[in-house]
Amino acid sequence: MIGLYAVTAIAFLISLLIDRERTIKAVKIGWKKFTKILPGYLKILMILSVVLLVPNEIIARYLGESSSYFGIIVAGIFGSITMMPGFIAYPLAGVFLDQGVSYMVIAAFVTTLMMVGVATYPVEKQYFGKRSTIIRNVTAFGIAMIIALSMGLFYGELI
Amino acid sequence: MTKAVKNYIGFGIFLLMIALSYATNFQIGMDVGDNFWIFAWDMLRILPPAFLLIGIFEVWAKRETIEKSFGGVSGPKRYIYGILLAATTVGGTFVAFPVANSLYHKGADYNSIFTYVTAASLVMIPMSIMEASILGIRFTLIRLGVSLPLVILSAALLGAYFKKKKYLLPAQE
Repeated sequence: MIGLYAVTAIAFLISLLIDRERTIKAVKIGWKKFTKILPGYLKILMILSVVLLVPNEIIARYLGESSSYFGIIVAGIFGSITMMPGFIAYPLAGVFLDQGVSYMVIAAFVTTLMMVGVATYPVEKQYFGKRSTIIRNVTAFGIAMIIALSMGLFYGELI
Repeated sequence: MTKAVKNYIGFGIFLLMIALSYATNFQIGMDVGDNFWIFAWDMLRILPPAFLLIGIFEVWAKRETIEKSFGGVSGPKRYIYGILLAATTVGGTFVAFPVANSLYHKGADYNSIFTYVTAASLVMIPMSIMEASILGIRFTLIRLGVSLPLVILSAALLGAYFKKKKYLLPAQE
């Protein structure tokens, strides 16, 4: 986070020193793009605020009780519907681990959480188009499942 | 009334309902409010600098430079560049989408932007460090080891598919 601000500040200052006009144009472009996509981000915010009403204990209970293959799919679906920043997702994953949820189910959960975004659809659609958004998300779900299964193999949870 | 205005009105009603929930101590509404604040704060911190950077990128990045490193002529190197760029991106996919779109319109090809977007959710360095500290370094190493080949493979397949279909990403101007 600090890195992002540092990089932005340095880039902005250098840009300003080299060419003031261009820098103003850059700010305008950034602002225009931002305001154009803002309704999409607001939609994501509303969807996430409501979806995350499902208490963590319920998710953990489902994930912990499901048999391995089924658990991966349930975790994948939970993770696909919502989206979380890492600083919320990983502590939550840590809680799941403590409650006895297997590594491969946790992997399915965190990977789909980051990669598959049903909730981020309103934004992705505007940058990638509908078709590409759907294809990318389906592919991402497949990748997440492969990662989860590999995790199961490495941790000896599959056999 | 434009679609954007409708969206803002919808959002205003949403905020009003949260405010009412706090005023009347309505538990579900307050929980929605708490969730909302967590994500809103995250986006508020990340999006303004991210979009300023995108603006700076758009005015300064030369098309030839982007084509050379992220375009088809770059060969296998574009996968490495895509992954390196993603590894340092803050904010996950919701920052990666607009960045990928800008890269695309500056001459990056599908293979590069799919590498970038996929890697932005799998191999970000700050996130991986947090992951390792909570789930263990072994978990992170296995996940990264399995992820990287999949990032490249899927980007190559998706890239080939979209090129064949002559698919175009929406312009943002």
